[in-house]
Amino acid sequence: MAETAAGALWYRRLVLALLLAPALLWLLALIVLPHFDLALLSFRARVAPREYVASLAQYRSFFGEPLYWHVFVRTALLSAFATALTLLVAFPIAWIIAKLARGRMSALLFVVCLIPFWVSETVRTLGWMILLRESGVLPALLVHLGITAQPVELLYHDATILVGLVYTSLLFMVVPLVGSLESLDNSLIEAAYDLGGKGWPILRTIVIPHAAPGITAGCIVVFMLTLGNYLTPTLLGGKNSLWFTEQIYAQFITRFNWEQGAAFGFLLLALSTAMVWLGLKASGQRFSDVMRRV
Amino acid sequence: MSTGAAAAPDLEVSAVTKRFAAHVAVNEVSFSVARGSFFSILGPSGCGKTTLLRMIAGFIQPDGGGIAIGGRDMRNVPPNKRPVNMVFQHLALFPMMSVGENVAFGLARRGVGRAERTRRAEAMLERVGLAGAASKRTDELSGGQRQRVAIARSLVLEPTLLLLDEPLGALDLKLREHMKVELKQLQSAFGTTFVYITHDQSEALVLSDRVGVMNHGRFEQLGSPQELYYSPATSFVAGFVGANNRLTGTVLAQDGALVEFDAGGGLHLRVRANAAFTRGAAVDAFIRPEAMTLARTPAELPPGQSALSGEVTDMLFDGANSVVLLREAHSRRELRIALPQTGAFADLRAGARICFGFDPGRAICFPGTHG
Repeated sequence: MAETAAGALWYRRLVLALLLAPALLWLLALIVLPHFDLALLSFRARVAPREYVASLAQYRSFFGEPLYWHVFVRTALLSAFATALTLLVAFPIAWIIAKLARGRMSALLFVVCLIPFWVSETVRTLGWMILLRESGVLPALLVHLGITAQPVELLYHDATILVGLVYTSLLFMVVPLVGSLESLDNSLIEAAYDLGGKGWPILRTIVIPHAAPGITAGCIVVFMLTLGNYLTPTLLGGKNSLWFTEQIYAQFITRFNWEQGAAFGFLLLALSTAMVWLGLKASGQRFSDVMRRV
Repeated sequence: MSTGAAAAPDLEVSAVTKRFAAHVAVNEVSFSVARGSFFSILGPSGCGKTTLLRMIAGFIQPDGGGIAIGGRDMRNVPPNKRPVNMVFQHLALFPMMSVGENVAFGLARRGVGRAERTRRAEAMLERVGLAGAASKRTDELSGGQRQRVAIARSLVLEPTLLLLDEPLGALDLKLREHMKVELKQLQSAFGTTFVYITHDQSEALVLSDRVGVMNHGRFEQLGSPQELYYSPATSFVAGFVGANNRLTGTVLAQDGALVEFDAGGGLHLRVRANAAFTRGAAVDAFIRPEAMTLARTPAELPPGQSALSGEVTDMLFDGANSVVLLREAHSRRELRIALPQTGAFADLRAGARICFGFDPGRAICFPGTHG
């Protein structure tokens, strides 16, 4: 009797291990091993051809060269700003989908949010370029309406990068927001209204506290995607974009300085980890609660 | 108003109508509720009582008619500006706040300072028997305590009117019985006017000073629980309020206040009538289970009651509410008769033959709704 029970337990563990194996292999081969190798790379310096020594030179050069850490801080701030903008744009959309639209209308609105993702990010971003470049649609329209005398260049500004980033991130904010707003009982809002509440106090005291895990989840995902985005800042911001991922790309590909690139990669990882931790602390959320919402 | 209250009514509803597309949810309903009284709107689900309550609260605008609260017309007054608060069906306590913050919520919205609203919230919690619960989370409370928080949260604002949307519906039976008594005591302690909606006739009878029985968007009858029970105005009220035996038949003759009708199979019964009937008209008669008397022999029946007989089909033991189900000998109709508290007929078994009778004055009939 005891033997069969032990056998059954062993069998269950084997099944579990086999089911988890693909995911664990994936994690090990594609995430843990490369990062391990990159970590080793980042802590060495080349002293002669094919001769390396352990060193903190890569990290020292990051702090020594103002351009590097200026770009780093700029990327962090713009990403945080883009995340906040995405939240502001996504919240009303999520509210309409979760609370106002009924049945098919709600599903249709969701699909409308999803449609941009049917085309590749490159094509989407090139679409923005067609609209915004000096000889593009929007500048021509501005001239036609008499708002500007000459076509103006709308590409290669920080605002253009933000527009592109918000557009790319919107869905990843809407999905967790809809989830957390749908679970909000309408009678709570009615009760708050009945007890004398108005729009903003109800939003602040009832809706936002309830949706906080969803808001935090959306912000974490959008912030990470934005921070690590390469294509949108590069194409819409051009040479002026000064996005940190471009620095990493330049070190690896242009300069062929893998050691420096690896160090940059780890700094970006540290940055996103720190920002997520700060965000969780500031909003009083627990990581496990938040991740259930994504 | 027949209550004869000297004060102006706290709620005056006049000819209120609400349509949803082709469906008339509330149809020209008028009533008024005297200050400090407990008024219930009783009806089956879908009768329009929730729509009516939500119009009083201000969540829905009526298509026609007027609502005045405390003498003030409520047209175009939003819910957050009405001197009315509502206890929701599932209470709708704010889970993101402590019990004290829940109670203080309305005060905060009125701009009452933090120290003052904490003091008033704690005083209110003490009045509903929840002293010291202010710092608890709402999910740490029992169902009954949660209901008291919901009521405290509304009453702390000193509303003219407290609306209650079937707050006992989600509770289990034992707690529901307990909360019924507690609600009644809270209402008399605070003296606030309560408007309560329910589909449970026992809640309405126990709690209310006056009850409006609602069906298909209209009030069938408006009166005290006793009036509804002993003098139902319509056949719907007779069937809905309290247990009743419904017998359909055709009128044979009318003699003043009494009507004799044929209930089928040659069974002739005499019951009280509230209208004039012509011979051959369809009739719905109602006899309460406790209005009938059981007897072993016809001679044991009280004088003046005609003896009927039947065969016991079942005994439903339920303590003081025990009944016997029997099939009347001529009409083969099933009747439900209350067992006397003395235990005299406790030995009855299915298949036994038994006599019974009833006082015609305690049975009532209405023009028939059947063919």
